[in-house]
Amino acid sequence: MNFNINGETHQLEVDLRTSLLDLLRDHLGLTGSKKGCNQGACGACTVLVEGERINACLALAVQYQDRAIVTVEGLGGEPLHPLQQAFIDHDGFQCGYCTPGQLCSAVAMAEEVRRGLPSFVTADLSSDVMTLDHDELRERMSGNLCRCGAYNGIVDAIAETYAKEPA
Amino acid sequence: MSMVEDAKATVQGALQTVMKTAVALAPDNWIPGGIPDPIMRQQHGSIGKALSRIDGPLKVGGTAPFAAEFALEGMVYAAVAFSTIAKGRIATIDTAAAEASPGVVLVMTYKNAPRMEKVPLFGSSPKAAGGADLTIMQDPSVHWNGQPIAVVLAETQEQADHAKTLIHVTYDEDPATLSFADAKAAGTDQGMFMGEPLHAEIGKAEEALAAAPHKVDAAYLTPRHNHNAIELHAATIAWDGDALRVHDASQLVAHTAWSLSKVFGIAEDQVRVSSPFVGGGFGGKCLWDHQVLGAAAAKLAGRPVRIMLSREGVYRVVGGRTLTEQRVAIGADASGKFTALIHTGITAMTSHNAMPEPFILPTMSVYGADSFLLDVRVTHIDMLANTFMRAPGESVGTFALESAVDELAAAMGIDPIELKLINEPDKDPLMGLPFSQRDVEKAYRDGAERFGWTDRPKTPGSRREGEWLIGMGVATATYPYHRMSGGAARITLTRDGHATVDIAAHEMGMGTATAHTQVTADRLGLPIEQVVFRYGDTIFPGVVLAGGSQQTASIGASVIEAHKALVTELLKLAGNDSPLAGLKPDEVGCFDAGLAALEDDGRHESYASILSRAQRDELVVEAAAPPPLELQHWSMHSHGAVFVEARVNAVTGEVRVPRMLGSFDCGRILNPKTGRSQFRGGMIMGLGLALMEETEFDERNGRIMNPSLSDYHVPVHLDVPEIDVIWTDIPDPHSPMGARGIGEIGITGVAAAVANAVFNATGKRVRDLPITLDKLL
Repeated sequence: MNFNINGETHQLEVDLRTSLLDLLRDHLGLTGSKKGCNQGACGACTVLVEGERINACLALAVQYQDRAIVTVEGLGGEPLHPLQQAFIDHDGFQCGYCTPGQLCSAVAMAEEVRRGLPSFVTADLSSDVMTLDHDELRERMSGNLCRCGAYNGIVDAIAETYAKEPA
Repeated sequence: MSMVEDAKATVQGALQTVMKTAVALAPDNWIPGGIPDPIMRQQHGSIGKALSRIDGPLKVGGTAPFAAEFALEGMVYAAVAFSTIAKGRIATIDTAAAEASPGVVLVMTYKNAPRMEKVPLFGSSPKAAGGADLTIMQDPSVHWNGQPIAVVLAETQEQADHAKTLIHVTYDEDPATLSFADAKAAGTDQGMFMGEPLHAEIGKAEEALAAAPHKVDAAYLTPRHNHNAIELHAATIAWDGDALRVHDASQLVAHTAWSLSKVFGIAEDQVRVSSPFVGGGFGGKCLWDHQVLGAAAAKLAGRPVRIMLSREGVYRVVGGRTLTEQRVAIGADASGKFTALIHTGITAMTSHNAMPEPFILPTMSVYGADSFLLDVRVTHIDMLANTFMRAPGESVGTFALESAVDELAAAMGIDPIELKLINEPDKDPLMGLPFSQRDVEKAYRDGAERFGWTDRPKTPGSRREGEWLIGMGVATATYPYHRMSGGAARITLTRDGHATVDIAAHEMGMGTATAHTQVTADRLGLPIEQVVFRYGDTIFPGVVLAGGSQQTASIGASVIEAHKALVTELLKLAGNDSPLAGLKPDEVGCFDAGLAALEDDGRHESYASILSRAQRDELVVEAAAPPPLELQHWSMHSHGAVFVEARVNAVTGEVRVPRMLGSFDCGRILNPKTGRSQFRGGMIMGLGLALMEETEFDERNGRIMNPSLSDYHVPVHLDVPEIDVIWTDIPDPHSPMGARGIGEIGITGVAAAVANAVFNATGKRVRDLPITLDKLL
């Protein structure tokens, strides 16, 4: 099996039952993606597949062969991705466990807004232009739980990074 | 108890009373904190600066290693099977199919588990960490629904998880007490907390209540809760001969190491527990069955083990907060002064743990009254041992107390803030001790002004926008200052002017490492870049529980002592050729990477110079914190005023909270950035407590029914408004750094503030948490 993670190709055989999350964490040593529930409820395992966010715990690794996967380890490096730096600046985390999922989720969420995808709180579903206002941002990030309660800082960090860009 | 033991207990009790009185009456300067921490004199240091977390780059990069992220050579993965009955015995357990399943290394049950002693029960000795006074997997008995009955080890997690499903168990069931009503009918006992009865009486409160011209008397219910840290409980464990190595997610590494040494009958120093990062704790990341089972299975297999509980497993194995049924009755005279304050009730626990939810704690210090009756009764249910969860006692106790005060204010037609301030005591209402620092009034006045409290609807149910009814509520937050015995720290100072502090403390997101880097930098007169704070490992000194909001004080007091030792040693090394010659330790301070005379800063010598002349590469000192006598000398409590705006949908009953403000009086805030986050995080957990959180317990079979983050609701992004936080920033003159811990106070008061706002919006008083929409229709 071939896996394309953060631009690198990994060749390995895994049990067909292996989730994408366990592939990353247990087989490839990419432990940035976190396991918080293993049932798609918390979002800590969020990774990007060809730019779209998915819960890696609900995905079977075999389904994601040869797809471009990006984890938190691939978001930035030296220097950090602007959103990573914004999380630090706005204290968008405490324990740091949900953080990789929040980051990956936000990156894809911003792209969804750019593409004009509506959300539950969007008033005008037919509009082509979405604005990432406070409610839109919070609704679209509500699949990523943070038990420490760093939500205000997370929202500020995402808003600083994305809300000013033209939709 | 024999007569001799009786007599011994009486003598010990009398001695304790004498000691307490002596400590209370002793001169201030005999008591830790009696001479204010000299660091409070510094106004331009690093303390108080909004420094970003020093571990930020690791956390946003995904490279901070958590307990389940240490890969060990030859490691196998564990899966845990849980009992499906509440009480009885395993009759048969067939593990053959599981053992034959591909990849399985072994299946451990009570039949083949290594012989182990009980985990010493928390509170039974200074380093005891056990959540329950039960042996683990030593016999076929079952004590709760969800108890681990087997551990499968396999080469991969998938293999272990599958094999677990192949285990077949039958049980002989015993009758169990599962409903709260049945448990109460069977009788109640006095609740005991930290060795003292949860009971206090001053005057004749019931008589005063009966005679009072104004009174309220109501019952309040709070359900079970789970911590739900997002990191699953996990440990990576290896044996090397008789030496045990545990990579844990822990808020008490030293306690865990000592307790595990007792379980396995090895020396304490043969156990090393480390926990560099903890993915949320809240009282839940302590020593439970999974670390013991992981270590036992690793011993049996002769291979390292990774054990990570499933989310369901966390609910089955790690206790949460238990339920309470509280009565608060307040009698007041015509001016609103309390003549009677009664807070009593019942909480459920098990017969094998030591944690009655101490919901009367806030009422022991928040208000003055002519008479008090405070009492916690306990009753026993056959369930997983409950435990401490963020602000045990105060979180749910303030819901009842502060709801009742609001009810009295409404009944008397007084603004609730005024009613609270009328009853502000001038000394500790039960102990009579002076307050170390307390400015509840400032917290209220500042908060009310900033929140716009004067705009609160005067009549409940009178403000409406479309379908939404709007109201405001307020409540007092409170949590004590704690400092526990056992703190100790080591400072290493090198010739190039770098300092390292080592202490077995914990970073669960509170900002500990960041704040104490700042504190140490100021204490040593060094830039923060030259200070390293190392923690979370039993190779470091100190017994420092990250609980009871005491860690900051414990670290602070330990480093103060280590710093004194460092200064003493440096002066000795400096000798007679130094500008410091002849100065005593209390005549010098640390400035500009060296020592200077307090009276003459021209008499200065750098650490580099002192160590160079003494031909030393480094200086290492270690010291222990003094016993926490300040707690018996002053009444030391933090407070806050929590303001909430609630919107209640008149059609659906939905509650939304668009605005919250916390105004806190918690001593000096060491880092406003991480401090604000802690307050907000606590308040958000309080919002969950108010509106959605409940661990649902099936009273027919004792099973938790919602063991998942889908069915146990915690606040998500859209539930949480921008939360405004302010503080008085008045230092506590008697605590290390002038600070009091702020990890828990944020959750307190919030549920009452929300309930009071809902009442103001709708005229409906909900006394049964959580405030779900069905209760408002």
